[in-house]
Amino acid sequence: MRGRPNLYTRYSSEMGLFPTTTKKVSIALLGVIAVLLPLAALPFAGYLASSSWLILINRALVFTIAALGLNLLSGVAGQISLGHSFFMAVGAYTAVFLGSEAGSATWGLGLPMWVWLPAAGIVAAVVGILVAPMGVRVRGLYLAFATLGLVFIGLYLWLNLNKITGTPGIGRRWPPLELTLWRGMDPIISFATNGPLWWWLRPVNLLPWVQIDEMTGAAKTYFFVGVLVVLFAIVAKNLMRTRVGRSWAAIRDRDIAAEVMGVNEYKGKTQAFAISSFYAGVGGALFGSVVGQLIPQSWDLLLAVDFIAIVLIGGAGTVAGTLMGTFFVVLIPRAVENATNFLAVQAQDGGALSWLGNLVIRTSPDDPVGIISLGAAGPGLSIFQFNIMLFGVLIIVFLIVEPLGLYGIWVRVRNYWKGWPFSY
Amino acid sequence: MIGLVIFAQAVGQTPVEKLVNAFSSGIALGAIYALLSLGFVIIFKATQVVNFAQGAIAALGAYLVVYFATVVNIPGRWIEDIPSWIQWSLSAIVAIAFTALIGIIIERVTIRPMIGQPLFAVAIITLGLDLIIRAVTNDFMNNSIRGLGDPWGAELYEVGPLRVSYTQLITVGVLVAIVLMLVVFFRSRTGIAMQATAFDQEAAMAQGISVGKVFAIAWAIGAVLAAIGGIFSSVAPRAAGVSPVTAFVAFRAFPAVIIGGLDSITGAILGGMLIGLAEVFAGTYLGSVSWLGVGFSGNVPWILMMIVLLVRPHGLFGTKEIRRV
Repeated sequence: MRGRPNLYTRYSSEMGLFPTTTKKVSIALLGVIAVLLPLAALPFAGYLASSSWLILINRALVFTIAALGLNLLSGVAGQISLGHSFFMAVGAYTAVFLGSEAGSATWGLGLPMWVWLPAAGIVAAVVGILVAPMGVRVRGLYLAFATLGLVFIGLYLWLNLNKITGTPGIGRRWPPLELTLWRGMDPIISFATNGPLWWWLRPVNLLPWVQIDEMTGAAKTYFFVGVLVVLFAIVAKNLMRTRVGRSWAAIRDRDIAAEVMGVNEYKGKTQAFAISSFYAGVGGALFGSVVGQLIPQSWDLLLAVDFIAIVLIGGAGTVAGTLMGTFFVVLIPRAVENATNFLAVQAQDGGALSWLGNLVIRTSPDDPVGIISLGAAGPGLSIFQFNIMLFGVLIIVFLIVEPLGLYGIWVRVRNYWKGWPFSY
Repeated sequence: MIGLVIFAQAVGQTPVEKLVNAFSSGIALGAIYALLSLGFVIIFKATQVVNFAQGAIAALGAYLVVYFATVVNIPGRWIEDIPSWIQWSLSAIVAIAFTALIGIIIERVTIRPMIGQPLFAVAIITLGLDLIIRAVTNDFMNNSIRGLGDPWGAELYEVGPLRVSYTQLITVGVLVAIVLMLVVFFRSRTGIAMQATAFDQEAAMAQGISVGKVFAIAWAIGAVLAAIGGIFSSVAPRAAGVSPVTAFVAFRAFPAVIIGGLDSITGAILGGMLIGLAEVFAGTYLGSVSWLGVGFSGNVPWILMMIVLLVRPHGLFGTKEIRRV
């Protein structure tokens, strides 16, 4: 069907991963950009690769894995969960127990990554299966409260199981991302430290004008986590468009009608909780490992709300939306911080935007107006608190104005240009 | 994390004293939870909105008391020689009125545009509100503990083995007064309009009831009850003042709501009492059990909630959801 990209003659072609040529081309382009991004091979990306932005991008990628899980559970299967940070913590602490070396006051087995990373997902999935019967019995808003309870009970556990979670207030170091055969051996590939590419890859000329001698640890982490994100995204997409995902969507839309049609509600919800928790567990383990050290209080309600925000801001029930949502949610605080610092400098030096800086930022306690205050003292929100507030505002604005999220905006923009200049 | 409730009285007592005092302070804590969950249930029944921001509004209300009683000093800055308890009560009333106004504004700006949207979407909006209000309130109080300046302090009232602080007596008294006021309110014209709206919004509108006004009143009542609960949970026997922890203490009223049933006013009061008693008894009798670790009593409400949900998925008094295809 040449020239008729939206005409599908077979169901399988409509359900294809990349049904149109445009999609194939744009995904391929995105892939090329994603590979070149941390290598300082693109003129603009050099900035990203050298700066701490790449670390944030890594965090966004890790969050994407966990957020995909929540999107499967809440967006596709319709089970409201405020307890995603609990399942992430289960995975993360499985990883730290299996992967880290034992300390004087902590337990640890020091096993290699190929053990602790899958185990993190599996243990979280088992916990998910244990919680699933509650999802069958307790419905709707009551389930939201039950999962909220999980977060608080979880926090109590993490604060008290100090042998695994480390000292309160200090936390514990997560095992680094490195591929070793068994405990005590030298790593084959270390994704966490700077060095030559891989052990078999010598310095290469990727493009005529760039030569890559070595990669930073952040760049290696980026590639490793990036590959995982692609794998998990494909699995999620395939789940959504096959029997399992369709049964979840049926349960979401009307559970009794789904049962009447022969969908096993108990089985469907258990699958949804298990798979969602698997994603959360792997995401949590990677989060710990990428950040390095986390205090037990990190797995709190705010983290769970982060993920709900990611799903809602990105677009519920879509993989592409989840990716957009995580990058938006993870990168916005940093952008706000940079903008604040920029405006503060402008306000002090009297640049072109000094009026805006004067209006928004308090540089000293005597400054009469301003929302954000620099430094701990003085009235006005700190940047951290401003970000939390902005976050709340974004959730509210997106829900009121654009319930389909960033994905909805993207679809509208795309449709506008599809029909351009005959858009109406 | 979640503030540990200090039981100064629990040390060096006879078993009878221990039991009686645990019971009395459990009832007082239960009254706080009952106030918070009453506000929650009234908002839920009247507007079908789950208000996750209840804890944050409670902290905001308590902070406003700090502001009006100790910073602005209403009305003492105009009238001199006024008894301290009148001065403080008037400031508290001004603060509570402010909180009610904030509740109305919240409803008008963020909840009204969402009428007809899925319940969950509105619930998430209130989660966003929780973040905003908490960030702003924490900033107002400089992330530290701010005393409310209440005139009763830690004064105790002793009858035999029983030692009750004035604040605890007042808490229970205020709860009783508010329940009576609510009973009267639900017999008034507005109250009946609210009941009609809770039953069926469209039918209520067809009868000439202004549903928007009912929503605003419900949010005002919810905010007032949250503020009162917030005030009592941040004065003498419970805490030294309002702090970032207050919102999380108020969060523990959610288990009370769920145990009672989301849409039951009786359930909210009984659930609150149950949670309060359970928390205090766990703190008194299990506080020294070492393997339970730190902060167990604060998590008893959540554990109880899980158990109740597994046995009765709609709470003890909640309406069983009728499921249709």
